[in-house]
Amino acid sequence: MQKAEENTQYAITAKNLTKAFGEFIAVDHISFNIKQGEIFGFLGANGAGKTTAMRMLCGLSKPTSGEATVAGFDVSSNPESIKKNIGYMSQKFSLYEDLTVMENIRFYAGIYGLSDKDIKEKSAHLLQHLHLDHEKNKLVGSLPLGWKQKLSFSIALIHEPKIVFLDEPTGGVDPLTRREFWEMIYEASQRGTTLFVTTHYMDEAEYCHRVSIMVDGSIAALGTPAELKKQYEAESMNDVFLHLARQATRQAD
Amino acid sequence: MRSLKFLLQKEFRQIFRNPAILRMIFIMPVIQLIVLPLVANYEIRNVNIHVIDHDHSMYSRELIRKVTAGGVFQLQGYSANYKQALLDVEHDKSDLILEIPQGFEKQLVRESEAPLFIAVNAINGARANLGAAYLNTILRDYNQEIRTQWIQFPKFDEIPRVEVISNYWYNTHQSYTLFMVPGIMVVLLTMVGSFLTALNIVKEKEVGTIEQINVTPIRKHHFILGKLIPFWVLGLFVLTLGLLVGRVIYGIVPMGNIGLIYLFAAIYLPAILGLGLLVSNISQTQQQAMLLSFFLMMIFILMGGLYTSIDSMPQWAQVVTWFNPVTYFIEVMRMVVLKGSSFNDIKGHLGVIALFAVVLNTWAVVSYRKRS
Repeated sequence: MQKAEENTQYAITAKNLTKAFGEFIAVDHISFNIKQGEIFGFLGANGAGKTTAMRMLCGLSKPTSGEATVAGFDVSSNPESIKKNIGYMSQKFSLYEDLTVMENIRFYAGIYGLSDKDIKEKSAHLLQHLHLDHEKNKLVGSLPLGWKQKLSFSIALIHEPKIVFLDEPTGGVDPLTRREFWEMIYEASQRGTTLFVTTHYMDEAEYCHRVSIMVDGSIAALGTPAELKKQYEAESMNDVFLHLARQATRQAD
Repeated sequence: MRSLKFLLQKEFRQIFRNPAILRMIFIMPVIQLIVLPLVANYEIRNVNIHVIDHDHSMYSRELIRKVTAGGVFQLQGYSANYKQALLDVEHDKSDLILEIPQGFEKQLVRESEAPLFIAVNAINGARANLGAAYLNTILRDYNQEIRTQWIQFPKFDEIPRVEVISNYWYNTHQSYTLFMVPGIMVVLLTMVGSFLTALNIVKEKEVGTIEQINVTPIRKHHFILGKLIPFWVLGLFVLTLGLLVGRVIYGIVPMGNIGLIYLFAAIYLPAILGLGLLVSNISQTQQQAMLLSFFLMMIFILMGGLYTSIDSMPQWAQVVTWFNPVTYFIEVMRMVVLKGSSFNDIKGHLGVIALFAVVLNTWAVVSYRKRS
């Protein structure tokens, strides 16, 4: 219990977190602490181990060794308690395409245990905020990708989780929608939600409070975008990323 | 429990929006029940017979008339030598050759007995066996007839004759539809139960929504119940549809209590759904799930006593059938529909199937992992 209190100042902590699949070490002793309300950019080339690390933090994958806590709960021993406190949006679109917008909202709100009154209020607010009032009875499969992603993010936030994990949330989305998406991320951060974001867009990396860059399963750099640019004498996060990613020996998938 | 309500709501909505599932539930059972019993039939008809008559006598003509009169044998050819007849068999035109030797009549009258020759095309074993057996019966009848004609006096037969008359219980007219339809219903229920559940869950794996579910605090058994209950309801619906088709089209009214069939199905379905869950746990794609289900289904059907009698299987195969849930339901179906068996007669079967349900579902729940 004492340990949980100690960690409450941090939304996420990781210490030597490792995941091995047989001989292959996908995530190799990574350590970091993420403060509440922080937007943490988790960068890395394809196959660097980002998704595996994120899956461990979400309780979807059991760490081979090392420790990590999310919302004060240990990922190895208490993954189900973590799940009550996090939202998750994966790179695969994960709403039900054969359900309507409203039905998806109701379903996810329902399984997170929201009351009928809450579901009604939240969904009305959400639909209004996303300007989806007229589309609420349309099947999600018929919506454009950008709208789907925004809806998906809003649904990941519906139970007011302390931490939200976003795995390449803006992949394939147009620049305007991406911009709106990041406005939503900022709003969530201002309400005190911690955001853990993976992305391949380096302009998005500049929007993060702090970023880490993974190379071959380890964290090669960690700091604010300004710090990293200074450290690597680069003009943009893009240059920082290229500088580090070129050191990789692992084949990208 | 509240999350279960939302899961069920979602599943039912998805099922009623999926045209493929609706087709499978409504159309497949009706078509299968109408078509299969008509063709899955052991009655032998249209056996082509080739007759070689070397005798050309009154008795031989009478014999040929008798053989072809029954409707089972079609006189396909009539020739004077064996070679020609064999050619017909080789071209698959004839199934049987009946050769009446020269002097048949003479020998019959003089010595009261005469040999006949039958050759059978055994490529289709079942057809050949039954055809030959049937031809033998006709010949025996013919034999009997002649003897009664001849032996007028003394009126009382010196040789005591024993005639066996069979009395078929429970299926008086030995109707194949009455035998097949209940069995086919079981197969349908099994297919709907295991295929649909397995495909449904694997589809969520493929699309990626299952990962979203796994990251929610949803309880494992709630998720699984949310998948099982809708397909349990669908299974009972398919059973009702099957019983209705059986009644309307074939006039099959179960002799026993129809409630017993539902009771058994209500316990049988969870067992089959549990199997579907297991299949989905080990399959990553719908293709894998489909192939695995198909493989299991073939064994279930061929080793479930639907088409072939379990009693005539080799000992090891009979042991295998004990582990086939389909066996028990087919037996119960036939017992209740044909014989009017009561609860006491089927309670042993019920117990076994309940055990299947518990074991398969426990296995499925344990092997379902929310995290890797």
